[in-house]
Amino acid sequence: MTTPTGPREFERLALPHLDAAYNLARWLTRNDSDAEDVVQDAYLRAYKYFAGFRGENFRAWLLAVVRRAAYDWLHRNRPAEVVPAGDMDLEAVAADSEADNPETALLRRADQKLVNDMISALPPQFREVVILRELQELSYKDIATIADVPVGTVMSRLARARAMLAADGRRRLKESTHGR
Amino acid sequence: MADDDDTSPLSGVIRRHATRYSPPPGLAARIGAALDEVAREDAARAEASPPSARVVPFRSTARWRPVALAASFVLAIVLSSGTTWYVTAANQQGQIAEEVLASHVRSLLVDHLTDVASSDQHTVKPWFAGKLDVSPPVIDLAAHGYPLIGGRLDYLNQRQVAALVYRHQQHVINLFVWAQSGRAPAPRPPAEIQGYNLRRWQEGDLTFWAISDLNPGELDEFVQGIRTAAR
Repeated sequence: MTTPTGPREFERLALPHLDAAYNLARWLTRNDSDAEDVVQDAYLRAYKYFAGFRGENFRAWLLAVVRRAAYDWLHRNRPAEVVPAGDMDLEAVAADSEADNPETALLRRADQKLVNDMISALPPQFREVVILRELQELSYKDIATIADVPVGTVMSRLARARAMLAADGRRRLKESTHGR
Repeated sequence: MADDDDTSPLSGVIRRHATRYSPPPGLAARIGAALDEVAREDAARAEASPPSARVVPFRSTARWRPVALAASFVLAIVLSSGTTWYVTAANQQGQIAEEVLASHVRSLLVDHLTDVASSDQHTVKPWFAGKLDVSPPVIDLAAHGYPLIGGRLDYLNQRQVAALVYRHQQHVINLFVWAQSGRAPAPRPPAEIQGYNLRRWQEGDLTFWAISDLNPGELDEFVQGIRTAAR
């Protein structure tokens, strides 16, 4: 083989992370077939750059490529969804007590649809930290590597995301009780 | 800050209820096929521009050159009719063998052995209906010590194929089946590839490939069992 590393070696390392890769792509694109395209694109990109991979954390590196591919896809197909998160990071986070103390009604009545809808409604920069933290259970350090931001930003985005979720959850519950 | 300070009650709600999306059946196989494609293109590009592709001067007297040229044409035509077919076909079998190996390894790696997990052949066989252009024979060899554990759609040799999955003790056997009208018998593929044993046979219009890390004797026994039951 003329490639420095064959596809088999790459597959051996990369395919065990297919679940995590697909879950991330699926949550960012919010669509099954687009997620498939993004993951396939990401795996081909990762394979091409694989020879240059010198790091220790292959999973974080691979998921960073998947995330990059998903954002490229969003930029091409749904540019309106990708708003720079910088401004939102600056909004008051510390004062937000909702995140630490969501209504018990939300905790009691939350179900799959409500939780999925709430997470889907988050801007992608917040959605991804929730997915990587709560569903993939990655460390802040790994999430920082994947999202290409400092660890402090990961933590503030996560706090901010939780506040948004709590507020959104309260609103949705109120609507479902009073509406219809 | 500690990494496990997640005391948010919301965390629990999210972890309990949010969907963890699983990749669809066949995605790993499609990615594998796309990777193989890229690797082949890379290899072809590298071959097309070898570092020292200088022309070796043809050392013969100018007088003989037309004769030699004509003779070599005749020879080439005679040789190519038989040999080219054989060499191409052999390469092709080697390539399919590589793909069979890749699919087998993938199915173990991704923890995606089966799309339909069932030891009941009457569940597995109808599952393939409508998904493939063939209806593969689904045989349970549990009585012989090779229980069927399920089936899966896979992609190799540039087509969708049926993969039937069997187990023998701790070993997994992938049996790939696809339709292939029987022309001249293709050259025999390698019996072993990177430590895995490999068997190919043809039954009517169907091509079968079995691969496993079983020892050759047991794999032959499995193949014999399938062939006997299929008749």
